[in-house]
Amino acid sequence: MPITVNGSPVPLPSDPRVSLLDLLREELHLTGTKKGCNQGACGACTVLVDGERIISCLALAVQYDGRAITTIEGLADADALHPLQAAFIEHDGFQCGYCTPGQICSAVAMADEIARGLPSHVTGALDAGTIALTRDEVRERMSGNLCRCGAHNGIVDAILEVYGTSEAKVLEAAE
Amino acid sequence: MTPFSFNRATDQSEALQLAERGGRYLGGGTNLVDLMRETVEHPAALVDVTGLSRDIAETPDGGVMIGAGVTNSALAAHPTIRARYPVLARAILAGASAQIRNMATVGGNLLQRTRCTYFYDVEGSRCNKRRPGEGCDARGGFNRIHAILGASDACVATHPSDMCVALAALDAVVHLSSASGTRTLPLTELHRLPGDQPQIDTVLHPGELITAVELPAASIAAHSTYRKVRDRASYAFALVSVAAAIAVEDGRVSDVRLALGGVAHKPWRASRAEEMLRGKAASLDAFRAAAEAELADAVPLNDNGFKIELAKRTMTAVLAELAGVDA
Repeated sequence: MPITVNGSPVPLPSDPRVSLLDLLREELHLTGTKKGCNQGACGACTVLVDGERIISCLALAVQYDGRAITTIEGLADADALHPLQAAFIEHDGFQCGYCTPGQICSAVAMADEIARGLPSHVTGALDAGTIALTRDEVRERMSGNLCRCGAHNGIVDAILEVYGTSEAKVLEAAE
Repeated sequence: MTPFSFNRATDQSEALQLAERGGRYLGGGTNLVDLMRETVEHPAALVDVTGLSRDIAETPDGGVMIGAGVTNSALAAHPTIRARYPVLARAILAGASAQIRNMATVGGNLLQRTRCTYFYDVEGSRCNKRRPGEGCDARGGFNRIHAILGASDACVATHPSDMCVALAALDAVVHLSSASGTRTLPLTELHRLPGDQPQIDTVLHPGELITAVELPAASIAAHSTYRKVRDRASYAFALVSVAAAIAVEDGRVSDVRLALGGVAHKPWRASRAEEMLRGKAASLDAFRAAAEAELADAVPLNDNGFKIELAKRTMTAVLAELAGVDA
């Protein structure tokens, strides 16, 4: 079975050493996804697999046959930016921009995890039905994406603008 | 990366056959693929077992059977785990990043290498785990994160899993399968202390496959937690971690489960502390005394002496929190 990348089927590489990241960048020329550390420490290579975020550098492409991959190139609707892309621009959520595609893919999946009520390390009650997306929650949930420029405050602001619930915004204001 | 062949096992018997022919099992790849790229590991053949046993099911006697292919994320998200084994959900959520937890499997988490930075440094450092007998540069090197319990002259690395610390506290049982049949092992007996063979992390036989991890029914587990102390607030290995569950009746400890992470070559079940606490008054003094006893044999290296006091304080604080005793 082929891999599907941003809706298009792509044949599996013949060499099993090819990472999903190298398949995207070197063979498909989808260079939005970035190679940072190439050892699972920085999150620059984050993509979505069936809607869930993974790091593509430690993923062997052959392990993902039949799965649907979404990269940063697949998030925008033609020339219309994804709302989170627009918010990153609005809030200065980057400086050099190298970590940005990974940050944005990661945050899109994170919002889905919040919507499913999945707790994080900093969530108080494990069985709470709904989770308020506070600043602390965003920082913990996004800890797998490093930004060497230190644009984290803008990144968190951008994420909260797009995904923050009104309840979370009230909590923010009270902090 | 050294060339290798790749096969995806469609069922357990196929996996075992491929392993018998020399294949190495592959889960999410977050540890093994990394070590292959760093040329620490060079398997000639990989057997992808992520498609096998991805179920989480309640057992007839009230426990839970977790398939080895279940991802860390799926396990931490499961309502039964969150409600009845919070220490396990908390431990998983304290580990790695969300991206890595989505990839990593339960079986792979158990079998990630016990390791340190010198193990990775192929070009620059000696490591008995990488090349048995050549020496250990961690012992006289930068060893802030290294072991204080159960280490040997040959190796002072720690097992980095958070999940396994919780599983050790919960009396989890590992289900194994091989060409010669099936067997079970307590999780606390799966991993080895380094001794003079630090290159061997577990007691598994060649080709043996972890098929599931079983949590026994335990009412005490519902009142449990995990605390991880690390150099940054998230996405870092533990300096020290504590998995704990406690039951207090009429002011006395009727039952307790304790395990430590970040301190040894394997998840460290604190049996000595548990024994001291059973039947004792639940007090700060008793918790501290038990922690002192557990760490009595701890041996510091140049940079990690602080871990001994840190482990004692963390154990005491976690027990106090769970027991509702003012710290």
